[in-house]
Amino acid sequence: MSAAIETPGFIASAVRTDAPPAIVLDKVNKWFGALHVLRDVDLQVAAGERVVVCGPSGSGKSTMIRCINRLETHQEGHILVDGIELSDDVRALGAIRREVGMVFQSFNLFPHLSVLENCTLAPIWVRKMPKKDAEELAMEYLTRVKIPEQAKKYPGQLSGGQQQRVAIARALCMKPKIMLFDEPTSALDPEMIKEVLDTMVMLAGTGMTMIVVTHEMGFARTVADRVVFMDRGEVVEVGTPTQVFNDPKTDRLKLFLSQILRGH
Amino acid sequence: MSDITVNTPIGSEPRSAPITAVGPIAWLRANLFSGWLSTAVTLVIGYVLVRAVMGFVDWAFVNAIWSVPVTNGVAQTQACRELHGSGACWAVVTEKHRFMLFGTYPYEQHWRPALVCILFVALYIVSSLRRFWNWRLIPIWTVTLTAIGVLMWGGIFGLPYVPQERWGGLPITLILATFGLAFAFPLSVLVALGRRSSLPAIKVLCVLYVELIRGVPLISLLFMASVMFPLFLPEGMNIDKLLRAQIAIILFAGAYLAEVVRAGLQALPKGQYEAADAMGLSYWQKTGFIILPQALRLVIPPLVNTFIGFFKDTSLVLIIGIFDLLTAGKTAIVEPSWQGFGVEVYVFVGLIYLVFCFAMSKYSQGLEAELNRHRRR
Repeated sequence: MSAAIETPGFIASAVRTDAPPAIVLDKVNKWFGALHVLRDVDLQVAAGERVVVCGPSGSGKSTMIRCINRLETHQEGHILVDGIELSDDVRALGAIRREVGMVFQSFNLFPHLSVLENCTLAPIWVRKMPKKDAEELAMEYLTRVKIPEQAKKYPGQLSGGQQQRVAIARALCMKPKIMLFDEPTSALDPEMIKEVLDTMVMLAGTGMTMIVVTHEMGFARTVADRVVFMDRGEVVEVGTPTQVFNDPKTDRLKLFLSQILRGH
Repeated sequence: MSDITVNTPIGSEPRSAPITAVGPIAWLRANLFSGWLSTAVTLVIGYVLVRAVMGFVDWAFVNAIWSVPVTNGVAQTQACRELHGSGACWAVVTEKHRFMLFGTYPYEQHWRPALVCILFVALYIVSSLRRFWNWRLIPIWTVTLTAIGVLMWGGIFGLPYVPQERWGGLPITLILATFGLAFAFPLSVLVALGRRSSLPAIKVLCVLYVELIRGVPLISLLFMASVMFPLFLPEGMNIDKLLRAQIAIILFAGAYLAEVVRAGLQALPKGQYEAADAMGLSYWQKTGFIILPQALRLVIPPLVNTFIGFFKDTSLVLIIGIFDLLTAGKTAIVEPSWQGFGVEVYVFVGLIYLVFCFAMSKYSQGLEAELNRHRRR
């Protein structure tokens, strides 16, 4: 899938075992109507850890990471982010969302705002940063994702890959502790996938805590400390990329791997 | 395309297209005379159009009478009557335009409502310029509307007091439309947001409001405001009739506009809400910076459509005896010497409505193009 990134273990692990875990999911259950979409999901993510979540479509992987910043609400169990429990408490939720950045499959940039305004909006209004500082910060991140020259343009004028890189810069401008990626390359043309993955590899090198839902196995091998395989709302297997991809224990994972590798 | 360039000898100049392919002649051939049926239709419609325009020009200009002599305060309209409808009697407009524009407002004080109309138009122009779209609009509106109130009522600065019953004509129409839409629009945004609220009480309230008001004709609301509403007030307390009509119009327009705004809110992809939530924006930040700017841009055409409709609907206040532009025009031809010249009066009044509505329509087209620039690649 991504031939560009193949060297396993290229990015050194930044897991900080001394710090409290960044994210704890404890027996999380969720239903959409009668449909049981998350079943007793247990997962701990350490600070600085990079977790790749994979699984067939409908396995609940997107729903799980959307629960972490409460775009979806869970009905049972506990979710702790940065030590704060997710609940109906609006202030706690605000505090969590300030520290958790999210990148969506469909970018979700604000089309009526310029690239720069997309990046400065939340720092100015949520972090109460002066406009000038926010713009400097935005330009810094836009430079890191290699599109500073597009700052004055509107999202509609950019390619898909450029838009997704802006979305990453926009999330980073909030200086989050945790980044969630919900299938960030699934809506992209093949030639644009690499530029977005490169940006994410760069980010992984900075020690950011990351949870990435993706099928990009090359990316997973390069940056993931752990790979989580989900199927039918359950966490089926968890392990290092080598363990999960080279030595699957369950039939469900074997089937999934055979299906996604058939295309290569 | 590459095939053509290969076959063309190197160095040949690009030729301009033949006259039968581009230009006005080609356009005529393609659109008006493309076959015998099309040619026949073109000729018939052309004939009817030319006859209609010539007939109108004859009536409105060639045979028209622009003024008539007035003896002892009575207009001598025999000349007009002798035309038997072959020419317009614009004399009725020349003679009665001040009554049509300002109603029964004291004649020697007519400069006051005239100035009010100019102030309104100036206010519209200033408000339409994007460089004034900031906090400055609030003092501009406050000062202008206060000045308008002072001018209409008087009673201070040496201006004689004019009771509201004597106001009439164009200022009434502009007051009802301006206050009506200025209050109805913010109300409609709140109601539209409320209808999508997750709080059941707010949602039910907004749905009830919209459905109740939309289910009732404006005329019956105006009747209720003028006849029924005072019955509920305690003895001796009275709210101005114009104000009651104004409130009825605001409530009515608010319900209609709310549905237009709601359409815009629903047209936005869910991802926009989610992205704003994920960034930690509060509800009002999300609504103010992300949702409304996009939703309102989407619904500029239906919004202006509703605005234009309500500008004209203000003329319905005639049924509760408020003297707006249309009522004043109607009353102007009650006088015996002017009876029978309704067409001229209604053409004049219609032109005034047309000027305002057409200006709104043109402005909205410009605004739409300007605000949706980001959609162009």
